[in-house]
Amino acid sequence: MVRWALGRVVSIALTLVILYFISTYVGPRLQEYVLNVVVLCGIYVILAVSLNLINGITGQFSIGHAGFFAIGAYTGAAWSVLWLPRIIDLPFLKLGTFVGDATNLVIALILGSLAAGVAGFIVGLPSLRLRGDYLAIVTLGFGEVIRVLLLNTEAVGGARGMSGIPALVGSFHMELFWILLIIVMVIQLSRNLMRSVRGLTFLAVREDEIAADAMGVNTTRVKVTAFVIGSMFAGAAGVLYAHFFTGISPDAFDMNTSIIITTMVVLGGTGSVTGSVVAAILLTALPEFLRFMKDYRMVIFSTTLIVMMLTRPQGIFGHNELRWPRFLRRRKPAGQGSAA
Amino acid sequence: MRLSHRGVIAGLIAFSVGMAVVSMEGCKNPDSGKTGGATAGGEAAVRPKTTATGNAVTGNEIPVGEFASLTGSTATFGQGTHNGIQLAIDEANAAGGVNGKKIVLKTEDDASKPEQAQTVVTKLCTEDKVVAVLGEVASTRSMRGGSVCQKYGVPMITPSSTNPKVTETGDCVFRVCFTDDFQAAVAAHFAFDQGFRNVAIFKDIKNDYSMGYAKNFTDEFTKLGGKVTGEQTYQQDDTDFKAQLNSLKAQNPQAVLVPGYYSEVGTIARQAKDVGLNVPLIGGDGWDSPQLIPGAGTALEGCFFTDHYFSVDLRNPDTKKFIDAFKARYGANPDALSALGYDAARLLVDALKRAKTLDGPGIREAIASTKDFPGVTGKTTIDANGNARKSALVFQIKGNSFKVFKTYTPEQIGK
Amino acid sequence: MQALVQQLIYGVQLGSLYALIALGYTMVYGVLRLINFAHGDVYMVGAYVGFYACTRWLPFRDLAANPSAGPTNIALAVVALILAMTICAILGALIERFAYRPLRNGLNDGDAHFWGFVLALPLAIKFGPLVSFRGLALLLILGIGFGFALRPVMRWLRRRIVLSTSRLNALITAIGVSLLLENGGLLVFGADQKFIGNVVPETNWNIAGIQISSGQFTIFVVSLALMAALRHIVLFTRRGKAMRAISHDIEAAKLMGIDTDRVIAFTFALGAALAGAGGVMVAALTHVKVSPLFGLLPGLKAFVAAVLGGAGNIPGAALGGVVMGVAEAFVAGSRFSTYKDAIAFCILIIVLLVKPAGLLGKNVAEKV
Repeated sequence: MVRWALGRVVSIALTLVILYFISTYVGPRLQEYVLNVVVLCGIYVILAVSLNLINGITGQFSIGHAGFFAIGAYTGAAWSVLWLPRIIDLPFLKLGTFVGDATNLVIALILGSLAAGVAGFIVGLPSLRLRGDYLAIVTLGFGEVIRVLLLNTEAVGGARGMSGIPALVGSFHMELFWILLIIVMVIQLSRNLMRSVRGLTFLAVREDEIAADAMGVNTTRVKVTAFVIGSMFAGAAGVLYAHFFTGISPDAFDMNTSIIITTMVVLGGTGSVTGSVVAAILLTALPEFLRFMKDYRMVIFSTTLIVMMLTRPQGIFGHNELRWPRFLRRRKPAGQGSAA
Repeated sequence: MRLSHRGVIAGLIAFSVGMAVVSMEGCKNPDSGKTGGATAGGEAAVRPKTTATGNAVTGNEIPVGEFASLTGSTATFGQGTHNGIQLAIDEANAAGGVNGKKIVLKTEDDASKPEQAQTVVTKLCTEDKVVAVLGEVASTRSMRGGSVCQKYGVPMITPSSTNPKVTETGDCVFRVCFTDDFQAAVAAHFAFDQGFRNVAIFKDIKNDYSMGYAKNFTDEFTKLGGKVTGEQTYQQDDTDFKAQLNSLKAQNPQAVLVPGYYSEVGTIARQAKDVGLNVPLIGGDGWDSPQLIPGAGTALEGCFFTDHYFSVDLRNPDTKKFIDAFKARYGANPDALSALGYDAARLLVDALKRAKTLDGPGIREAIASTKDFPGVTGKTTIDANGNARKSALVFQIKGNSFKVFKTYTPEQIGK
Repeated sequence: MQALVQQLIYGVQLGSLYALIALGYTMVYGVLRLINFAHGDVYMVGAYVGFYACTRWLPFRDLAANPSAGPTNIALAVVALILAMTICAILGALIERFAYRPLRNGLNDGDAHFWGFVLALPLAIKFGPLVSFRGLALLLILGIGFGFALRPVMRWLRRRIVLSTSRLNALITAIGVSLLLENGGLLVFGADQKFIGNVVPETNWNIAGIQISSGQFTIFVVSLALMAALRHIVLFTRRGKAMRAISHDIEAAKLMGIDTDRVIAFTFALGAALAGAGGVMVAALTHVKVSPLFGLLPGLKAFVAAVLGGAGNIPGAALGGVVMGVAEAFVAGSRFSTYKDAIAFCILIIVLLVKPAGLLGKNVAEKV
């Protein structure tokens, strides 16, 4: 027991240290513009993998993910901009210092994720009664309702949004640290989920909900949990987005964004974590580096969706993950390999 | 899950909900959302100072960035302004540039979207490494671009954004036009002088300019003794306004203030007539577009709007050269936005010539110390807040064109 | 009280438009169990066809200059209406053929030629203005060439793709088509707004203090007429009967010798024609600005109306449309006018949670 706990603590500490060094040594060496693109890629990776948890692993089709993204961003921004200045000056909360920035960001992340989680819980409830495309429409509707609510709340700037958010993510060259940390968390969680016994229940719900129910799986708990966890990570991505770009408005969280995230999951393969990661990076970075793609971005995205559905509906990676190359693994009996 | 887990989670949720409630209560004033130190007073706000150094000129070219809404719902704003800017830059280059160095103008389109504005200004500052940025017309997009410029220390001049908050973003942002606390006050005085005592307001909730204008108008109008009978809101890109107009009609206003952009005003005017709201509409410089009247047909006949101090009809001798040059190049008369674009670019060139060092702080300091610069929209002096003090015109729409109706100077209305 | 009745009138006028579009959604859902996201964008195309017809293609006379041109203009307006309906019907059928049918029947040679043209399009745009002899010739030659080249590709794909009956795939495709139409429209038409001026004589009538504009009234009357025509087609013609059969049980319909593909294409065309009619009428008679994203929100609201009335249920769609219109008018006239778009989604969520079959629908048990 002690060895298990010690192992966990050591691996987490090691991860944090490695990420810190990556962030502070690689970060400053990158051109400003490239860094922006990397951060944006990272945020979309988090969004895609978190959506994959809901869509791919649990099979609940949700296309309102931008709503959770928005709630996380606004809650995090509300902390930094509205609430923080009104709290007594505590030394470890002072902005501008390493500890202060980090603590504030952690608090913002926690608040943002929790708020998004609550929203995910609310949005997940209809999933108990609805299936397939109806659920998709309802989630889309929720995404829009969230956006309209934010549009109308003067306290968070209404249609103009909030600007002047303290750049907590970018300070002390820690952007990569935070982005990579959340990415590692969400990917690790997804993979652990799929490999664990509890995770099998998620997959069972995806494959055949009624059979799973008949087998004694608490489908209610599974579906709601999927929504909550997925939305929490989307909220975390939102907090990071708000504190890196220092300005948010409801426009950034509209239906287009939801559909872009969905395209990433579909392109990569619903159910494949590597697929989501690869697709997210591809679809964010390519438009930045290929000018023509940027102008026709949405046309290319929509055509990609259609072509994918016609030719390879399971996505690039299908239901598989990227594994170590075959010659590095022990030989498995013939007949394995990715599904056609 | 274990009871202790549930308790912890419930506690955290309660905490965050509680915080949310607390924040909503205290935050009726949207200004408190800015860490820029904008005080409730507004006027003497302290502009945050930038610590970034901007971009410096290397080599024989001076890269200057421009972001404008060349496409999208307010396309004529960007196109008109761009024409004025391009003319000024070309004239400056033909006259030898800045101390022999040629100015290269990099123009980016933001498609009338604030998010896009943020993205392209970031690109201009980081990838193209421009030493200064010109833009935008819409206050919302200027604020977004402004916060990016402030972050990177690149000075920005907006030709025609009138919301006071634009220059409050920081000490890198300047403007060559008046602000809405003046413009809306002009509208209030004008309405009062015309004999209107009861005015309704129909504002665009998606638009900082519209919201700010409406608020400033209300403050001044009620100070003069008028009454705002009711307010309704719409959103940019809406197509149906009848229900809101109908509810405004119920309070019998003598005029309706519609401080929005031309893209919706035409339809609003038509539908106002359909609803039976046959009173004059009053607007602001957001109406100034060649596309305003095609959208309205005859519905805007006899309506008024405030605008910047420029019109071909004024026959001002100082502006003749500009008007002729513009007409020769683009085949049409310039409007106020083109004139402001022209002035902003020329002021920037002048500042570049005066700057002690061609980098962020140097150019910024040169712009901030501009005094009595002769612009086609009037003499321009940049004050401590980055704003300029200019006069305003009131236009009336008669027979499908804009006719100068009245002039207001800042002294006249005590600003 | 008068204001209340006035808002009600607006609501009904708005609702008749939503009903027109909702009918398309509900018919397609009935036969294919598919939510055709792209339907709202067909409405947008109708409005653009109306714009071009009224301002460029047809010889409308300026009414301010010659007031007596009224009757000719009205006749031309009818031509514009028919034109819009035809073009939208063709568009609807094309969408069905190339985006949704391959999901049911697999890819074949026809698709190869279609995608050949799609690939040729950017090249034709790049190497010559599209609307010129060179551009069109390039498009034709390259299109056919690529088409033949793609044929073996299609055959290879056909062998490898396992056709799934997943409705989610069709939904994603529908979203893709919708986005494509919107963003393609942005590229082709430009994002600046276009207005149709006064093409037919218009007045406002004041009946007992209630304002009714002739434009809105015309839309209402024409919508009713189209809905009546639709009802006739669905109830009293063979094609209509085939549609109803397919919506009941597609397999049995096939066994009965109905050419399901053709009838499904007909259904799409019919719904699209209605949406196109709505689009051109709104653009020409209420003079709203026409932009490529113009169909997004009305499309979603019409979809909610279809669900509200019972997806697959034609009278339900009409009823749902009117309810949606009235609800929106009342919200827009109240203090909470900015929530008028959200009200549609709230209604949707409530309906789906409380009575998923809609107002006029029947609950169908799910067989395991």
